[in-house]
Amino acid sequence: MSEPKNNPMLQVSHLAKRFEGIVATDDLVLNVEAGELHAVIGPNGAGKTTLIAQLSGQLAPDSGHIVFAGQDITQLPMYRRSALGLARSFQITSLFLDLSVLDNVALAVQAHAGHSFRFWRDARSEPQLREPARALLARVGLGARADQPASLLSHGEHRQLELAMALAGQPCMLLLDEPMAGLGPEESARMVEMLRALKRDLTILLVEHDMEAVFALADRITVLVYGRVVATGVPEDIRANAQVREAYLGEQEAGHV
Amino acid sequence: MTGGFTIRNIVTVALLVALVLLPLYAELAGQRFLLTLFTRIIILALAAVSLNLILGYGGMMSFGHAAYIGIGGYAVGMLAHEGIFSGFVQWPVALLASALFALVIGALSLRTRGVYFIMITLAFAQMAYYIVAGLARYGGDDGLTIYKRSQFVAPLDLSNKVQFYYVCLALLYGSIYLVWRLVNSRFGMVIQGSRSNDMRMRAIGFPTYRYKLVCFVIAGTLCGLAGALLANHTDFVSPGILYWTRSGDLIIMVVLGGMASAVGPLFGAVALLVLEEALPFVIKLLGTPFFGEAAARASEYWQIIMGPLLLLVVLFARGGIMGLLAKVRAKERA
Ligand SMILES: Nc1ncnc2c1ncn2[C@@H]1O[C@H](COP(=O)(O)OP(=O)(O)O)[C@@H](O)[C@H]1O
Ligand SMILES: [Mg+2]
Repeated sequence: MSEPKNNPMLQVSHLAKRFEGIVATDDLVLNVEAGELHAVIGPNGAGKTTLIAQLSGQLAPDSGHIVFAGQDITQLPMYRRSALGLARSFQITSLFLDLSVLDNVALAVQAHAGHSFRFWRDARSEPQLREPARALLARVGLGARADQPASLLSHGEHRQLELAMALAGQPCMLLLDEPMAGLGPEESARMVEMLRALKRDLTILLVEHDMEAVFALADRITVLVYGRVVATGVPEDIRANAQVREAYLGEQEAGHV
Repeated sequence: MTGGFTIRNIVTVALLVALVLLPLYAELAGQRFLLTLFTRIIILALAAVSLNLILGYGGMMSFGHAAYIGIGGYAVGMLAHEGIFSGFVQWPVALLASALFALVIGALSLRTRGVYFIMITLAFAQMAYYIVAGLARYGGDDGLTIYKRSQFVAPLDLSNKVQFYYVCLALLYGSIYLVWRLVNSRFGMVIQGSRSNDMRMRAIGFPTYRYKLVCFVIAGTLCGLAGALLANHTDFVSPGILYWTRSGDLIIMVVLGGMASAVGPLFGAVALLVLEEALPFVIKLLGTPFFGEAAARASEYWQIIMGPLLLLVVLFARGGIMGLLAKVRAKERA
């Protein structure tokens, strides 16, 4: 399962991005195979969020190319990439807090149901929007909270809601930015199980600090330091890689002792 | 506007019915001035309803909404000045001109956010103000008197005050219903989602700019209609109707009434304009026994009371009057 199938879903070549002197992405090369869960790890400030922002179209790279499912998407705006099946979740939860939980997901469903220049019919009574939304909420374990305002959910539930929204467009690839951040051990375990289930149907790029989760889930891991790829490989290789231990894992393990 | 006998719904229906009966009361009580006052309130409420569509539901803080009142009003005034009195020409021209202006302003301003958006909409409205003030042929600074109201077919006669009142009221109620349908449709969900979190909307696949632009144009057009009505009501247009303080008044009506409620701006308009009329009178009445002549003079400064009053509503009744009414119900249940 872990050997490269040579069927790339996402190819990133020579991507670069600077912020006033800081090199956040440095000549970055990354290939994600179709169907794999590819983890990206690295210390704080390594440029992981910046990478996801460029892949999703929130930030424009200074140079380099992003090819998704055979199409160069480097110049495409965010909503077009989303329409192609590339969905993302945010590191800092980004929801519609003044709308209900169900409204949040229904909006995500609506985003993929053709244009929304429909001015008259009550959207909250359209089964084409509400039913898939309810099904998605059930899938991430939020079925019982559907009618509450999103602002009342706990942090862990926000993460689940994020996931439901990302799944609404039936994407072929998910970009997840630290989905376990701030979760308790129980919630983390639930999220790992959910990602394990999603992994069967989707290609996933997972940025995550929780090493236990990463090593449990990832088919391959890329290690980022100062915006540069220092290693890519299967989990065993990454664990064994001296450079990685020094740059990142060692430092963490030392911190834990 | 959720169903059921909540205080909020009862008060709303009471106000809507009271406005329908108002001409009758004005006639019976011999207080004809009420008809004039409330015609004005209804027209400005229509403008506030249109602003609420972009401000309350869309989160677009336009500070230039009075420009569309001006454009709608001047379309009627200028055509009348040129001898074209037919409402079937005047009104479509008023709506179309407002729509076009909104399209241009929206296309440019909606690319910006926050304070820039406020400043750009304000700047365009002030530009429109100086343009009409410079139109010597149409009265310039002094404004333009309209000698004949918009002409429609036979039984309909806008010079008849009662008829005109009901035309305005019907258009107001129609607009409230329109806005209510709009904001709950798929289109409206996009607009509300974009108010709540525009970046996330784009991330899940909505090109929000074009939806907001369409919303902006609908609101501008609706406000142009209010302008056409106002010109007919006052038989006069002047640059004053699109001065920036007018835009400020409309924002106050929306905030006072309660944003994100389709009838809220009507409450806001009634409250603001009735207070404006009544405050000087009330100050005089309550103050004279204690302060004598001084109270009469103080009543000229009613705005000093109005300011803090508005501030209190904004600070303590977020959601405005509609929010307060909803809270009454919540307390009863508790
Ligand atoms: N908008 C920005 N402006 C300036 N610097 C930024 C911006 N976003 C990120 N950075 C910098 O880029 C580097 C990478 O940040 P980030 O991608 O958030 O790292 P990570 O997600 O790996 O912790 C950091 O040094 C950060 O300070
Ligand atoms: Mg980050």
